[in-house]
Amino acid sequence: MIFRRIHYPTFNLRNRFEELERMRTEMDRLFGQATGSVLSRPAAGVFPLINLTEDKESYYVRAELPGVQAEELNISATGKNLTISGERKIASEGDDVRYHRREREAGNFSRAVALPGDVEVDNVEASLVNGVLTVRISKAEAEKPKQIRVK
Amino acid sequence: MTDAETKELQAKDKMQVTTPAEQTMPGIVFTPAVDIFETDKEITLLADIPGVEAKNLNIDLRDDTLTFTGIIEPAEGADEEDILIEYEVGTYYRQFTLSEVIDQSKIDAQLKNGVLRLHLPKVEKATPRQITVKAG
Repeated sequence: MIFRRIHYPTFNLRNRFEELERMRTEMDRLFGQATGSVLSRPAAGVFPLINLTEDKESYYVRAELPGVQAEELNISATGKNLTISGERKIASEGDDVRYHRREREAGNFSRAVALPGDVEVDNVEASLVNGVLTVRISKAEAEKPKQIRVK
Repeated sequence: MTDAETKELQAKDKMQVTTPAEQTMPGIVFTPAVDIFETDKEITLLADIPGVEAKNLNIDLRDDTLTFTGIIEPAEGADEEDILIEYEVGTYYRQFTLSEVIDQSKIDAQLKNGVLRLHLPKVEKATPRQITVKAG
């Protein structure tokens, strides 16, 4: 850590608070690394967590939905928004079973994702393979990068 | 949890494995959520391992220790760039000690929609037999 005291020639109250705030942010960052958490917290905190990626042609939205059937999944696209909703069901295993562990959860979910650019809502593909949902949304023609030739 | 019960699912961070003995695996290692239940005849284990293909799943039972490891191949294409990353992918690893004696020859594993279902039948108890002594 670099001490930047030299940049604060006048130690007025405001500067001190700024310094405290900066230190606090820095500490949060360091502790975040120390505890080994991959991400500090889910960005939206809404199930399912999604990963959004892009290439030149499309946006890709991925979500982990283990145990969700394709027919129980509802995906809709309007404008720049993509909504993924559905229900995760866990069937009853009968009355005579004794549980040792029960960590998996069932329930409803609904997640809206705002895409960063304009898309063609008619050109959306969704696939559910091994419990991972991938939605490919084509970018609008204006969003696709154009190669510019230098003359 | 029954079918009739419907609640909102909460987003959860994946549990990362932290024990030192398991750091030999490359990348991030996660502990999958599991259900384990037993009947008189068998123990069943259900584990959420989204993204693992059947060929990349390794189940190992030695003595009374059951270990399963699921390796994930990255789903993203080569020229894709990240915009928003809320979850990470990595190897799934979990180990259990089984108290009952399992019939290893009858273990059955199914992987469907990212959920592993493992049937572990218990060894049939030796049925008592009456031994008749023949008079010679």
